[in-house]
Amino acid sequence: MQQKILEAKNIVKFFEDPVKVKVLNDISFSIDKGEFVSLTGKSGCGKSTLLYVLSTMDTDYEGSLLIDQVEMPQKDESYLAKIRNEKIGFVFQFHYLLNEFDVLNNVMLPGLKLNKYSREKVEHRAYEKLKLLEIEHLALKKANQLSGGEKQRVAIARALINDPHIIMGDEPTGNLDKKNSDLVFDIFKKLAHEYKQTLLIVTHDPGFAERTDRIIKMEDGKIIS
Amino acid sequence: MKKILLINISKALLLARWRQTLVAAIGVTFSITMFITLLSFMNGLNDLLDGLILNRTPHIKLYNDIKPNANQPIMNADKYKGKHHFIQSIKSDANKQAIYNSMAIMTSLKKDPRVLGYSQKLTAQVFFNNGTTDITGVLNGITAEDEIKLFHFNDYIVGGNASDLEKENNTIVLGKSLAEKLLVNVGDVIQLSTSKGDRFQLKVVGFFQSGLKDVDMVQSFSSIHTVQKILTKPNNYITEIDVKLKDINLSIPTAKEYAQLYETDAEDIQTANAQFETGSTIRSIISYAVGITLLIVAGFGIYNILNMMIFEKMDSIAILKATGFSGKDVKNIFMYIAISIGLFGGIAGLLFGFILSSIIDQIPFVTAALPTIKTFPINYSIIFYIIGISFSLITTYFAGWFPARKASRIDPVVIIRGK
Repeated sequence: MQQKILEAKNIVKFFEDPVKVKVLNDISFSIDKGEFVSLTGKSGCGKSTLLYVLSTMDTDYEGSLLIDQVEMPQKDESYLAKIRNEKIGFVFQFHYLLNEFDVLNNVMLPGLKLNKYSREKVEHRAYEKLKLLEIEHLALKKANQLSGGEKQRVAIARALINDPHIIMGDEPTGNLDKKNSDLVFDIFKKLAHEYKQTLLIVTHDPGFAERTDRIIKMEDGKIIS
Repeated sequence: MKKILLINISKALLLARWRQTLVAAIGVTFSITMFITLLSFMNGLNDLLDGLILNRTPHIKLYNDIKPNANQPIMNADKYKGKHHFIQSIKSDANKQAIYNSMAIMTSLKKDPRVLGYSQKLTAQVFFNNGTTDITGVLNGITAEDEIKLFHFNDYIVGGNASDLEKENNTIVLGKSLAEKLLVNVGDVIQLSTSKGDRFQLKVVGFFQSGLKDVDMVQSFSSIHTVQKILTKPNNYITEIDVKLKDINLSIPTAKEYAQLYETDAEDIQTANAQFETGSTIRSIISYAVGITLLIVAGFGIYNILNMMIFEKMDSIAILKATGFSGKDVKNIFMYIAISIGLFGGIAGLLFGFILSSIIDQIPFVTAALPTIKTFPINYSIIFYIIGISFSLITTYFAGWFPARKASRIDPVVIIRGK
């Protein structure tokens, strides 16, 4: 029996502005532990919107969301922040590192926030994650001195620091060239198959989606396959 | 641990924009500097002006006023008891000027815990003989030691030595303007006559300058014994006891109590010099108002800079929120930024305020009216520094509060999707 990491039940969402549009229409699905899932569809089909609902950052929806079989409340902002910190790792299209910090500190921040391990331990773990992604030589560089591909790998290391239940990516390769895209994909694949890391990646790149274990296809706010 | 992490993030954000931070901090520093300087200087001036009158004024003056006796003989007659008395041509009783039982009063004052000290006094109207003209004046018999200790007598001595009054008999300290009229120097002998016509010769041992020319024109001081001799009175004859209390605010009730207890008239300082209080209060209010206005202006500066910083750091705020920092954490980060600008700007302001007021303290300020003042007066009270730093923290707190709240409400989804 596979453990359900993420489960969406009858999720409905409207955009109010400028006119009321139903962007997500009764979405139900679940993701099991260790699955490498891609969420694809045409531009505007609601895939990113769904991802942000699943990520707990967007709480303006109807229906229910279970992470690690626990129902997520929609109101309690600081509880959701804690959940994001502990159970979800993020990788975005634009790399979103904090330019004020060096690479190592960027990776360490969510770990320090979790406050489960000592600072030394978090630093050690951060080095481990950087080593895993073969970028430990960049540890002491400032975030804005890196190339796009390097930044994205740092962002993946940051997503991994708290050993999250699931990593969510919003077009993580959308802004990268072919070579770096492949590199990032290989990292995801390695994480999924060697470390049993659950991954949910939003992409409109069919080549990327095809190579994942499971494809969820969306159209007009509905899951079609 | 969590707090340290947030403070570290604040520090990183601050240092990343250190020029802006510096400008904000300089705003606070400038206003605190001006606040400290203004209050120190204003209060220094207040103290000076108050001192001009208050230093030399007793908190309670015990004396007998020249007035008709309240207890007329007819009131004691049994025959007219309970009747209304009409008495004509009553005269004030000048012989009652002496304080009765003065020794006992002084012994009891010495034991009163509220009393800091007292000084006995005796006043005589005299004429200073200057060739063919006589100049009217007042000769005060004092105990120089007590006057110096309690009423800053030495601050107003501009020549000679007041202590010589006790060391030598038949000596006098003259008002500066009076001495100029009489054309005498320290060591000269002057002649004076009493209202009864007796003549005395006294040696000048010093000059007195109060800063009020009318006073310096008529006042002179001698020892109690000398004045008693001039008036041909016994040596328990005194007309005034000046009391200095430990707490000036007790002067009104204590004066009332003494008037009853010692059966004399008692005048308190607050009734006698009410207008000085008012002047000082208004000057203080004005300086506080100006100082606080400066701080509020600095507060708006901080508000602007934080708002700008939040606008620039939208991405960072979004990523902090996405990786598990709550709105409250983000708010705290920006509050730490605001408060640290207030704290460091404020501390620098205190330092510069102290330096600036020290410089003002060195600027020469010479006026004939104030013999002991050589430079501008400054009050270095620690209270101004405490108020200054508290206000800088409070202003920056509120200046930071609104931008920080705005930052805490930023929706990360909007930022991340907005690209």
